[in-house]
Amino acid sequence: MTTSMEKPSEPREPDARKPSGEVPAQSPRALTWARRRQAVARFWRQYRTHHAGLAGLAVLAVIALLALTAPLLVGADSQSVTNATGGPLEEPSGEFPLGTDQFGRSLLALMLWGTRVSLTVGLLAAFLSVAIGTLIGITAGHFKGWYATVIMRVTDWFLVMPTLVLAIALATVLSRSIWTTILAIGVTTWPTTARLVRAQTLSVESRPYIERSRALGGGHGHIMTRHVLPNVMPLVLAQTTLVISTAILTEATLAFLGLSDPTIVSWGGLLQDAREAGAVSSGNWWYLAPPGLAIAVVALAFTLCGRTIESVLNPKLGVSR
Amino acid sequence: MSSESTPALRQGAAGVESTESDGPAPAGPSARSPRSRSTAAYARYAAGKLAGAAVSLFAVLVTSFFLFRLIPGDPVKQMTGGRQVSTEQIAAMRREFGLDLPLWQQFTQYCGKALTGDFGTSYQFRAPVIDKITEALPATLLLTGTAFVIYTLLGIWLGARSAWRNGSAGDRANTAFALTLYSVPSFWLGLLLIITLSVGIGPVPGLFPTGGMESGDTEGFDRVLDIAHHLVLPVVTLVAVEYARTLLVMRSSLLDEMGSDYLTTARAKGLRDDLVRRRHAVPNAMLPTVTLLFVNLGTTVAGAILVETVFSWPGLGGLFYQALSVPDLPLVQALFFVFAAAVILMNTLADVIYPLLDPRVGR
Repeated sequence: MTTSMEKPSEPREPDARKPSGEVPAQSPRALTWARRRQAVARFWRQYRTHHAGLAGLAVLAVIALLALTAPLLVGADSQSVTNATGGPLEEPSGEFPLGTDQFGRSLLALMLWGTRVSLTVGLLAAFLSVAIGTLIGITAGHFKGWYATVIMRVTDWFLVMPTLVLAIALATVLSRSIWTTILAIGVTTWPTTARLVRAQTLSVESRPYIERSRALGGGHGHIMTRHVLPNVMPLVLAQTTLVISTAILTEATLAFLGLSDPTIVSWGGLLQDAREAGAVSSGNWWYLAPPGLAIAVVALAFTLCGRTIESVLNPKLGVSR
Repeated sequence: MSSESTPALRQGAAGVESTESDGPAPAGPSARSPRSRSTAAYARYAAGKLAGAAVSLFAVLVTSFFLFRLIPGDPVKQMTGGRQVSTEQIAAMRREFGLDLPLWQQFTQYCGKALTGDFGTSYQFRAPVIDKITEALPATLLLTGTAFVIYTLLGIWLGARSAWRNGSAGDRANTAFALTLYSVPSFWLGLLLIITLSVGIGPVPGLFPTGGMESGDTEGFDRVLDIAHHLVLPVVTLVAVEYARTLLVMRSSLLDEMGSDYLTTARAKGLRDDLVRRRHAVPNAMLPTVTLLFVNLGTTVAGAILVETVFSWPGLGGLFYQALSVPDLPLVQALFFVFAAAVILMNTLADVIYPLLDPRVGR
């Protein structure tokens, strides 16, 4: 909150900062944090009333725990084709609760490893997508004139590109790796976020306190990071949650089409393996069902959380509780 | 997502518009401009949208050319597939596909020919790309068209019912079911349907064919029935994963109308609740949904890639998948252009038609 007008009083600030908590009333920083804590608490109180959102959050917590503890639950050699313990395509049994794949690997172990890939790709791709979208959206809303015109035309152009086709094209063009998948999803899904953030930026920038900040000498960077960014963050959070579920679905799609790293076990990759092993024509539903179900559950959990966040921010949406 | 974006975007657009139109015309919002002037304004608006679409189409054409040149490897080597070929043969093939020219010459040739509908010769089929596309187009149109009609009607009907009884158990179940299906990967749902209804589990016999568009041994009306029989599972898959979007937008736009005065008036006239919904609320709530319908129509063509692949449907999506695995450059870039063009054309159509339906925007 330091502006050029307040410079003479600046030496006082470090003093006020050091004994943080003792003089909260005087320090603007402490005030800001107190206000943010209150906002988060208020947000959580409203979020708690949505059962669907809570259910989504609970599912995500369990799945995150499984993903983190996968190396402890099943050994790393469970992914190895040569060290497989079971026979090919065994039906579910006591030893292999979900059966085995065509190499004799336990499907339950592969599913657990797949959780890590799906979550990693989903989170990183969504983060990339939302980061690009937020940067483009805020700058396009803040700087008007030719810059905004050009950047919004580029956004519109990306918006009309069929996301899946573009992602498939990128994944084909680049080398097969998990980073390619993340890049392909991130680069193709940002325009929606950019449009949302730009609209919100325009509405924030029309408020009087932005004019005050500008009059006090606040530069472009100061206004964008200190005033606009905190105001678009809730929207960005909701958008991130929704983009994650899209990203997880797209990752599975690319893997199913054989466009991701074949050495990495993922849910979409398992479905492709199942199809190649003839699981469809021989009716091995127990091979096909679990990976798709897992994808659907995780994608649904993120969607539920995202919709709940959206409806807390904008109660007019009327999302059922 | 879109329910959040629509009001915000419209607000932004309205802000821009007011600064433009309020400048020269001192008239207030109540004073309507003469009919002829508003027609001229609409013509200008539509022309602008069409010009924008032309620019987008050209940008897509440029992208389709350069994006796929990045694929590592020599297409000629891919085509010969490791067979023994002389250097003369390779040179001849390079000439045949125009690969011996410098990149910028290939590009200008590509653009020039694309304008006349000539997208070159497919590497794997050795046939003009445009022929392969026109061959596959009817199958895609049949599949996506049927699915589009069904999921649109289903989405609007269920969305309207859901919003009308907002918060009821029916609404909750409706939304939850739609969201669940929306989260399901379409190719997985397709595979499951094939296993359960085509291959059959245990005592259940296969009810539907596992793939393809027709058995090929039928004529006349029997052929129509045969195609319809093949159509069932792909359409069910597409409808299941797509109808949620229409439902959610219809639901939220009807919720926006719910508190309106005109509905109170309609009720005060003594209209039955059912009639208030069907004659008064739903037509108004349809307006934002119309935009989505066009967007859906454009994206479903590309969205059918997976369903067509899973069901071996002889359409554009299946062709795209085949072309990718080679990679068959001319076919891939032409299909990329077709998919993107479908979205652009539909979006433009929505932009052009919307002001005619809703006089409050776009003029």
